[in-house]
Amino acid sequence: MSNTSGKFLQSSLGKKLLMGLTGLFLVSFLLVHCFLNSFIFFNDGGLMFNQGAKFMATNPIIRVMEYVLFAGLILHMVQALILTMQNSKARPVKYAFTNGAANSKWYSRSMGILGSLLLLFLVIHLANFWVKSRFTGLPGVDANGNENLYLVMLEVFKNPLFVAVYMLGVFSLAFHLLHGFPSAFQSLGLNHKKYNPLIKGLGFWFTIIVCLLFAAMPISIFCGLIK
Amino acid sequence: MSKLDSKIPEGSIDQKWSKYKSSVALVNPANKRSIEIIVVGSGLAGSSAAASLAEMGYKVKVFCFQDSPRRAHSIAAQGGINAAKNYQNDGDSTYRLFYDTIKGGDYRAREGNVHRLAEVSANIIDQCVAQGVPLAREYGGMLSNRSFGGTQVQRTFYAAGQTGQQLLLGAYSALERQVGMGTVEMCSRHEMLEVVTIDGVARGIIARDLITGKLERHFGHAVLLCTGGYGNVFYLSTNAMGSNVTAAWKAHKKGAFFGNPCYTQIHPTCIPVSGDHQSKLTLMSESLRNDGRIWVPKKQNDTRKANEIPEEERDYYLERRYPAFGNLVPRDVASRAAKERCDAGYGVGASKMAVYLDYKAAIDRYGHTQAIKNGVHNPTAEQLRTFGKEVVEEKYGNLFEMYEQITGENPYEVPMRIYPAVHYTMGGLWVDYNLMTTVPGMYALGEANFSDHGANRLGASALMQGLADGYFVIPYTIGSYLANEIRTKAIPTDHEAFVEAEKAVQAQIDQFFAIKGTKSVDHFHKALGKIMWEKCGMARNEKGLKEAIEEIKILRSEFWKDVRVTGTADEFNPELEKAGRVADFLELGELMCIDALNRNESCGGHFREEYQTEDGEAKRDDENYKYVAAWENKGNNTYELHKEELNFEVIKIAARSYK
Amino acid sequence: MSQGNMNLTLKVWRQKNSKTNGQLVTYQLKDISPDMSFLEMFDVLNEQLIVKGEEPVAFDHDCREGICGMCSMFINGRPHGPKSKVTTCQLHMRSFKDGDTIVVEPWRAAAFPVIKDLTVDRSAFDRIIAKGGYISVNTGNAQDANNLPIPKPDADAAFSAAACIGCGACVATCKNSSAMLFVSAKISQLALLPQGQVERTTRAKSMVAQMDEEGFGNCSNTGACEVECPKGISLENIARMNREFFAANIKE
Repeated sequence: MSNTSGKFLQSSLGKKLLMGLTGLFLVSFLLVHCFLNSFIFFNDGGLMFNQGAKFMATNPIIRVMEYVLFAGLILHMVQALILTMQNSKARPVKYAFTNGAANSKWYSRSMGILGSLLLLFLVIHLANFWVKSRFTGLPGVDANGNENLYLVMLEVFKNPLFVAVYMLGVFSLAFHLLHGFPSAFQSLGLNHKKYNPLIKGLGFWFTIIVCLLFAAMPISIFCGLIK
Repeated sequence: MSKLDSKIPEGSIDQKWSKYKSSVALVNPANKRSIEIIVVGSGLAGSSAAASLAEMGYKVKVFCFQDSPRRAHSIAAQGGINAAKNYQNDGDSTYRLFYDTIKGGDYRAREGNVHRLAEVSANIIDQCVAQGVPLAREYGGMLSNRSFGGTQVQRTFYAAGQTGQQLLLGAYSALERQVGMGTVEMCSRHEMLEVVTIDGVARGIIARDLITGKLERHFGHAVLLCTGGYGNVFYLSTNAMGSNVTAAWKAHKKGAFFGNPCYTQIHPTCIPVSGDHQSKLTLMSESLRNDGRIWVPKKQNDTRKANEIPEEERDYYLERRYPAFGNLVPRDVASRAAKERCDAGYGVGASKMAVYLDYKAAIDRYGHTQAIKNGVHNPTAEQLRTFGKEVVEEKYGNLFEMYEQITGENPYEVPMRIYPAVHYTMGGLWVDYNLMTTVPGMYALGEANFSDHGANRLGASALMQGLADGYFVIPYTIGSYLANEIRTKAIPTDHEAFVEAEKAVQAQIDQFFAIKGTKSVDHFHKALGKIMWEKCGMARNEKGLKEAIEEIKILRSEFWKDVRVTGTADEFNPELEKAGRVADFLELGELMCIDALNRNESCGGHFREEYQTEDGEAKRDDENYKYVAAWENKGNNTYELHKEELNFEVIKIAARSYK
Repeated sequence: MSQGNMNLTLKVWRQKNSKTNGQLVTYQLKDISPDMSFLEMFDVLNEQLIVKGEEPVAFDHDCREGICGMCSMFINGRPHGPKSKVTTCQLHMRSFKDGDTIVVEPWRAAAFPVIKDLTVDRSAFDRIIAKGGYISVNTGNAQDANNLPIPKPDADAAFSAAACIGCGACVATCKNSSAMLFVSAKISQLALLPQGQVERTTRAKSMVAQMDEEGFGNCSNTGACEVECPKGISLENIARMNREFFAANIKE
């Protein structure tokens, strides 16, 4: 049994499945992340936001999920790397001239680059927030006595360079999702004439809403709309 | 006479095959394992034979010149496959299919073979459906049928316009299954270039690996040639570019008689030639004649566009001349009628060598039924067209697309232009009831043999014959030969006969490169095609045929003096492949003319202008020509005629009328 | 009647054999007729090369009516050229303009090694079919064809999948050289039919395993194959293959 499942995961379709599953899992994380971060739009000096952050930092299920999340992320990246290398090997001599635009979207063909950009962004993003909240400590507490992650956010997004980096991150995320979301369903074998528009629509609006919200955060802070 | 024994079993026509099957010699399973069979060609006949024989336990080797057995030209058959299933409850029966085929062949086929074909036709459909061939179905889940030329029942099974493709892929999958099981060795990109005979018995072949250029020797207890027809002798035909006569011709030169070489089928519905650059002709399925109406203007040299010609000025000449069958007359009749109109100056299109195939009436008719079905009671003209087009598109969509692709015209809006083109060759290697040629151990199946279609093949019968031969005939009949071969040990290929055969092949290849001439192989092929089309095509006469024979002789000697074959022998070299094939066509073409000249009558696809009725129909001469002309190659392009008299014991021979 | 009037610049991949490297070679062609097929244009080129004593361009072709699947040219960055739903042999010169430069390359994939010039070896496809692209029914074992009614939608869907001509355009156009459209078409056809149920599980597993072994790349769902497929084989088939494969692995 272990042998066949090992084979399954090594197979092209098994890897695809894993990419899809981890991808959808990461999407679910995005949903939670985006939801909680949107608390800043209450514009209450970060009280709600910090409350949410506290919940995330202390809830045992979330603590466990953090490991799962990292595992999923790493799996997604490692698989991507293996697939990219295999795919490159599958065509040792490249075409002199290709016209990919005629048959597919540029972002569908650029998932590797978009993913790499996301990784780069992620490193910066984690250094900005996660490392501080987990390891180096946050600057004090808010009016409710919660650790003040919000303050870190205000600090970071005062820097136009970071805002630019975050915009690039959101941009990469948007197009990564635009392909990745429906693609994951296809990889799982979920393609049905009747439900395809639903999946596509869901993917599209999810991408738009999540990415607009994410983009609005640094911008509104940078512009001083949120204090 | 003495040399030709058709070996038709005794007994009444409907008992012959079943009695034969229960009495034919068998080879026991242990012996089958050590018997090797070579199959050349991987079309319907080759693939189905190879798969069936391997399933039975024989060791099989299959050769094809294409990169995969799935490419064989059976794949291009569009319309359908006949079978006497009587699923439509319209009075079909084995006898009726048998009768239609004999009559369609203008009484020039063997009754015994044709009846067997009709008998096994139903099994073919069962077999293919079991293999997962997605034949068209009705809403109730049952198989659907359409009608085809030369019949008054609906017995044609189909898969849109891709019936040949689906049937071939079925046979191909059965073949690949055996390849996967190790019982068939598949040699793709290999071309058979010689038969090896020892003491007059077929013992193997010489094949060239087309990638490396290496000549290979292969032993077999029996050799099956399933290599298709020779329509490419005309250069322009509906055959694939690679279709050739080489395997059959080499066999002929090693002793296999060639039967009725002059019987060629000119298909009435092809897309007309557009220019000198033309490399092949594209068929529009005969099924289009189900719903399309064929017409020309009533006025000679009418230059108006089709849609500008009013109804009353159109001559639906097939409906006029043949009211009983109308647009569904057999192919030879429809082709000649088109030629007659064009020759008389009523042709259409830029070349004036075309007639119209019009779908307007069908679109209207389907529009009405569809409107009723959809509950639209007073449909507008626009709605009618839309409804009608929907139905036509579902039935013939891919054909219409293809037409538009090639001509740049939209056939939903303007009538298609069609003209006859060479399509199929009824002639081929002479075989007996066992499908064995006059060389013991060498068989010919499918289009490569001459046996079942007489002087004209009915539509949807080629697929039937190819699969009948491969799936249901050869597995039985080969036993009668191989049962006596169980003591023959595999002959090592360093045997003198193999060495000699290989030398001969090598010598011809060397000769090609030694000529270093100035003209391409295609140049000669085109020149030959022109002679054949003009003088041995849809209509032939004594003077033309005699000229053609001389012209071909001259062309042949020019070829051997002035052809240029580029590249080398030890590499992938399509020019060399073509040279070998054209060299053989240059010999076959002459034999076709000789045969056509010999047959002083008109029958089926063979129309001699001297022999026609007052209203231009073919006039047979049953008294003098009710025989199969089997030609023996005597070397140096000389031939001796052997006659196999045809006996019609069941069907009363009569003038063929579709009026 | 079809006096040619197009002048073209062709850049054609020339490669002696699988062991040597190739390069693009430029040819000028004059008086090409818009009614010619793309392959007939190559016939003209080859005729000129032969007369000049040069080696003609080797390319695969056979039926020249879009059904055998043998022709295989990568034209201006797209398999079978700029028109959709046609093979190279059905592409006509009226799809190009006078003065165009046309780049023609062979299918490129590790699993499709070049044999010569524009000719490649696609026997990998045969080997995949040999691993399970069939229903195991020996000749003579079949019941009456109408004993097993098949719902028309299933029969039609199976037919649509079976329309694949095995040309390899899907592999050629896929940025990953993946063969999933080809493999899924066969798996789908047989999975949709009642006759295919018996071997459903083993078929999915062994065909996918062979596909991987041949060195085709992985699918990243760009959808290019579906767009370039001359027979319009749908991506739905790949999803179905995924389901078949997962189900097969869950079962066994």
